Amino acid sequence: MRDALVILAKDLRIEWRTREGLSSVLVLGVLLVVVLTIAQDPSPETAPTLAPGVLWAAFVLTGMLGVQRAFVLERENDCLAGLLTAPLDPAAIYAGKLASNVVLLGVTQAVVVPLTGLFLHLDLVPRLPALLLVCLLGNVGFASLATLFGALAIRVRAREIMLPLLLLPLLVPLLIGAVQATCAVLVGGLAAASSGLGVLAAFDVIFAVAGWLLFAYVVRD
Amino acid sequence: MVGPPLRAEGLARRFGGMTVLAGVDLALETGETVVLLGPNGAGKTTLLRILALLLAPTDGRLLLFGSDAARAPAALRRRIGYVGHEISCYAELSAAENLAFYARLFRVSEAPGRIARLLAWAGLDGTGRRPVRTYSRGMGQRLALARALLHEPDVLILDDDAVERLQQQLLELRAAGHSTLLATHDVERAAPIASRLAILHRGRIAWAHDGRGADAAVIVAAYRAVVAGSA
Amino acid sequence: MRRLLPPLTGLTMLAALAIVFLVVPTEADMGIVQRIFYFHVASAWVAFLGFFLVAGASAVYLWNGSPTADRLAYAAGEVGVLFCTLVLVTGPIWARPIWGVWWTWDPRLTMTVVLWAIYASYLMLRGFGGDDPALARYAAVLGIVGVLDIPLIVVSVRLLRGIHPAVINRTDGGTGLVDPWMRIGLLVSALALILLAAWFMDLRVRGARLEEEVAALRRELDARRGEVA
Repeated sequence: MRDALVILAKDLRIEWRTREGLSSVLVLGVLLVVVLTIAQDPSPETAPTLAPGVLWAAFVLTGMLGVQRAFVLERENDCLAGLLTAPLDPAAIYAGKLASNVVLLGVTQAVVVPLTGLFLHLDLVPRLPALLLVCLLGNVGFASLATLFGALAIRVRAREIMLPLLLLPLLVPLLIGAVQATCAVLVGGLAAASSGLGVLAAFDVIFAVAGWLLFAYVVRD
Repeated sequence: MVGPPLRAEGLARRFGGMTVLAGVDLALETGETVVLLGPNGAGKTTLLRILALLLAPTDGRLLLFGSDAARAPAALRRRIGYVGHEISCYAELSAAENLAFYARLFRVSEAPGRIARLLAWAGLDGTGRRPVRTYSRGMGQRLALARALLHEPDVLILDDDAVERLQQQLLELRAAGHSTLLATHDVERAAPIASRLAILHRGRIAWAHDGRGADAAVIVAAYRAVVAGSA
Repeated sequence: MRRLLPPLTGLTMLAALAIVFLVVPTEADMGIVQRIFYFHVASAWVAFLGFFLVAGASAVYLWNGSPTADRLAYAAGEVGVLFCTLVLVTGPIWARPIWGVWWTWDPRLTMTVVLWAIYASYLMLRGFGGDDPALARYAAVLGIVGVLDIPLIVVSVRLLRGIHPAVINRTDGGTGLVDPWMRIGLLVSALALILLAAWFMDLRVRGARLEEEVAALRRELDARRGEVA
């Protein structure tokens, strides 16, 4: 646990130093929201119904970029070898990278979600607590799988294409759950979102545990 | 835990169907600097990664300080310092920040003092907050060596080009009684710092020298004979 | 046993064809096109068996590094994707006359296409991931994660709207298979396809082992040639 926090602090320090990953992910997130919205050319009445799909499609696509970058960082100068020679459990590396990905994606969500509300004429303020819960669960679930497969994809050939190829089909339940829960939150409230939230929570637990257990197999030789 | 820093018995490693190490016997006694010579592709890096506990052997036994490496790797990692082909330091952080990060992972006590002393020894004390990205190759290599020495390991494992610019530091380490294993293909430069030499070829130790009267010319001749003899 | 597999497969397939086309009565509402159901459902069963076999063999491979388990996982992945493709081809042939569309985002259809994509990406990783020897381990991780995803997919697609018929277990307690020969036809078809899948996997596993032996011999030959020269 302590080791995971050390790795998280290191990642945040590097991110703060360069602001490279965060800014590129942020701009891409905003761009995707714009592109996905205008591609549908919505009328003012239909616009709010697009919001959940646009939001989560943009999140997944930017998130993959962010996670990939987080592992390019470890690959550069073979820093991963430095981590692996240290007396720590690979699961701690997983936990640290997972935490830093969740933080990075959380900041992205904090910008992209309000912007989507603005673009698509939604009043998000009264729904904020429920929406935060959906975003957090979606974020953790995405990061759990993406951290495992980001570490894997960085070590194979054709890695730029491999990560989305491996990740997207596995993320379908998360996408369905997140979109359904967001829809329900926007029209009804937390109670209406229970089935979507249930899928998200199950996804988070299953893949955080699977990542924790399997991470050693993708980083150790 | 007592015993020689390093004793490898019949270490073998296959990748898929390809045999890279075909049974290596190698020992390193306390205070020795053993130089492992070998052409590119001889299996040096694979052997060193196994010795640094980064890679599991497919066969054979590795004893570190008398205990089986397969049993208690975490405790043994603390006693090993490893420098690979690359410096394993984050390009966007400064030398001091990199060392502070590893000091926390290795649970180094009184880290600030130790880091300051190491930076001075490596000639990096003037770098301040400059990111590693801006360092010259030599500075990067000295930082990598400092990183490997940070947790005061009992054995140092160095791969390849490190010797190219670090001869001075390696001689100092030898004089200070460190146990070091260095792999390189640079025969002439490695000879003066070695207390013992071995040549790795095609995944086996093809030649070993006890170090007494290790004349560079003798070693070069042996190296040429081994490499040419079966090429 | 291995020798018996091809003739046994052939005989069972003939029996399945005979039952499905000569014995089983034509379904009252849907007509002749309903007969594709026996291959459609049986293929789906085999595809699922294949996917679970990938996960099982992958877990064994991570546990003990057995090359046979790895080859079995790869072969099961190929067979699973093959039969899943058959499900996705036979389904629309039936759906077009009955539903009036080739495809719809019904829960079961969505689930099948998602599973197909997961294991197609598994084959992509194995096929195009390069020749890193650790690739088998990465693929094993994917194979296990893919099966962990199945229950989540099953639950999540229920949140979508559905029109797929529930044939075997209806919510009202009955079954869609009114004639006993229909059930026999389905079981014999499933048996035929399982035997076919087992035969394919046996060929692929042995083929993979031979490929590795040839590669090893070739390397040894190169090494000896080098020593002679």
